[in-house]
Amino acid sequence: VNGRAVASAFAVAALSGFAALALVELREGTAGLGIAAAEAVESSGAAHPVTAVLLDFRAYDTWLELLVMLAAVTAVLERRIPRAVPDYAADPLARRLVSLLVPLMVLTAGYLLMAGASAPGGAFQAGALAATALVLLHLGGREALSRLPEVLTRTLLAAGAAGFASVAFARVAAGQAMLDWPAEHAPAIIVALEAAAAASIGIVLALLVVAQLDAPAAPRDASRLS
Amino acid sequence: VSAGHLAFDAALVTALVLLAWRTLSARKLFEAAVLFIAFGLTLALAWARLDAPDLALAEAAVGAGLTGVLLVHVSRLMASADDAGDEARR
Repeated sequence: VNGRAVASAFAVAALSGFAALALVELREGTAGLGIAAAEAVESSGAAHPVTAVLLDFRAYDTWLELLVMLAAVTAVLERRIPRAVPDYAADPLARRLVSLLVPLMVLTAGYLLMAGASAPGGAFQAGALAATALVLLHLGGREALSRLPEVLTRTLLAAGAAGFASVAFARVAAGQAMLDWPAEHAPAIIVALEAAAAASIGIVLALLVVAQLDAPAAPRDASRLS
Repeated sequence: VSAGHLAFDAALVTALVLLAWRTLSARKLFEAAVLFIAFGLTLALAWARLDAPDLALAEAAVGAGLTGVLLVHVSRLMASADDAGDEARR
């Protein structure tokens, strides 16, 4: 019996134990904050509890997440937005498939964004799908991100975090709580913030992937590292 | 919970654990990357079964989609770097 097998057995046993514990907890009916969120949905500007949590009750969390994504993409891009046009000719089948899929994906992303207020979906799902569409376009040998003017790319990268910042600033300037939306404008504010966040998430995720695809292969020759 | 649901959930859990194990123990990076994508899609199904469609959508798009592209790409880069290293040694 080798050490690795013993360690694996322990890991499997521990994980199974945790899973069993989790099951027992679920049986006891611990709903967490789900009930509280569902009850308070009325007081938010959204009709779906998940959206209400993400863009109203815990807007701080979402704002900071957008800042984390902005920081990550800034670090990866090192002030440079890839201008790279895919330099390989994608095969015709892939090109055709991409041109069939991307419009559907854009449509679905738009639907997810609009549906987010009342059904599962919302900014992150819409943004992630938009990012996947952009990456597919790139892989299909078509220009997408590189066609955007750099100013626009930078604006979109920051739009989500900046959206939260500007609403927060306006609220503080009006002498109100920073991230507490006024009831009559809450639905509009939430939709606007979701749209800005979706744009940022889409561009950030797409750039994170495309920047890596375009990066030159690092030499793995150990002698060059020293 | 009906017997059908229970059987499906049991199959889902078994598939997740098996896929995770195969991903970690895969000999080739490309194989591990493809298995990871399969794992992500199965996990998305699990989220859907847990009544968390938001998470299912996010997992499918990011966990399986974008991360999958990156992992497959990196596995190719490392394979070609290995080939280049072999050439140089020869």
